[in-house]
Amino acid sequence: MADADEIADKITDEITDEITMRVARYRPDKDRDPGWQEYTVPQREEWTVLDGLNHVKNEVDTTLAYRWSCRMGICGSCGMNVDGEPKLTCATFLSDYAPGPVTVEPLANFPVIRDLVVDISDFMEKLPRVSPWIIRDEEQSVDDGEYLQTPEELDAYKQFSMCINCMLCYAACPVYGLEPEFIGPAAIALAERYDLDSRDHGARQRLDVLIEEEGVYGCTFVGECTRVCPKHVDPAAAIQRYKLKAAQESVKMFLLPRALRR
Amino acid sequence: MTGEAMERSATDTDLHYRRTPPVFWWTRKPSYFVFVMRELSSLFIAWLVLYLLLFVRAVGRGETAYADFLDWAASPWLVVLNVVAFAFVVLHTVTWFSLTPQAMVLQVGGRRVPPRAIIGAQYAALAVVSAFVLWLVTR
Ligand code: SF4
Ligand code: FES
Repeated sequence: MADADEIADKITDEITDEITMRVARYRPDKDRDPGWQEYTVPQREEWTVLDGLNHVKNEVDTTLAYRWSCRMGICGSCGMNVDGEPKLTCATFLSDYAPGPVTVEPLANFPVIRDLVVDISDFMEKLPRVSPWIIRDEEQSVDDGEYLQTPEELDAYKQFSMCINCMLCYAACPVYGLEPEFIGPAAIALAERYDLDSRDHGARQRLDVLIEEEGVYGCTFVGECTRVCPKHVDPAAAIQRYKLKAAQESVKMFLLPRALRR
Repeated sequence: MTGEAMERSATDTDLHYRRTPPVFWWTRKPSYFVFVMRELSSLFIAWLVLYLLLFVRAVGRGETAYADFLDWAASPWLVVLNVVAFAFVVLHTVTWFSLTPQAMVLQVGGRRVPPRAIIGAQYAALAVVSAFVLWLVTR
């Protein structure tokens, strides 16, 4: 009999294990200002913050708006500020915030469209500015085959190619918050990704963009972008390396006659 | 909101809610705070450079000027200022050293030098220079 009781206890335990989510709401058609809404959701060991939101959406309140897709840290669409920290909600466990409440807000530094959905057009406009594709001095014809690369050459840029455009780094960056003109961590990391690619010849072109006021020099090396990046891209490193490159380039411009520059 | 102070964009055509960081954003996270302190430390470094120049000038002007400088340097407010400045210099040095490997990627024999080695080398260099200066002034 004791056994049955224990099992019953366990079941009620599992059911009563709950956590309160404090979710930021903003409905432009109804509200002048954003507010909070609290939802109590089951807290299961394997449940992420996104699972909590999905539970709310399916069982409690269908009006809640947020973005997600892959729920496995690949698509980069589920970024939100969880307890003030930019996180991929599909990779952030509710149990880490027990006993709660856990606050869920839209990604910081971006305009809010509705509830937890932010407007990312600024980011979408910035990314192509660094020409994130392979630029060749001379395009090789398809008949000549592919551009080959050694494993070492791949390693040189691989880390910077892991970015999933989740924008957590923008949400963590106080410089971007204060000066939205700043081109931002992920865009610079992406520029570095192509610069370091042995098949690419576009470094000069990208440098011209990033050497501008709102380029690398906007960064004051807070380093938060690297800390929050779920893919260990280390954008802060990319930016500092770019600064070094830009400085070398300026010295060269200053010292060398035009003809000798490359 | 926990993260941000909110500010409504006033137009009726733009329904986006825009948030601006509060003035004291840097007190909200320890890492932001350390960052702002590191930025602030440059003021104290500038002060110590000035202090050193004044010191050199006093030495150059002969014995009385040097004695005056020492008197001035011993005044309590200056001692306090210099102690604070020193603390900031330590902060600056430590944070700067630990950030270097991120900015500098060194390759030796086709392998990336591990960050720890770069940081260690900086401390070693600092120790060597300090020992040299110590030897120079006490010899
Ligand atoms: S660099 Fe990292 S944090 Fe920034 S967008 Fe890419 S994956 Fe996200
Ligand atoms: S849902 Fe795709 S990264 Fe989280």
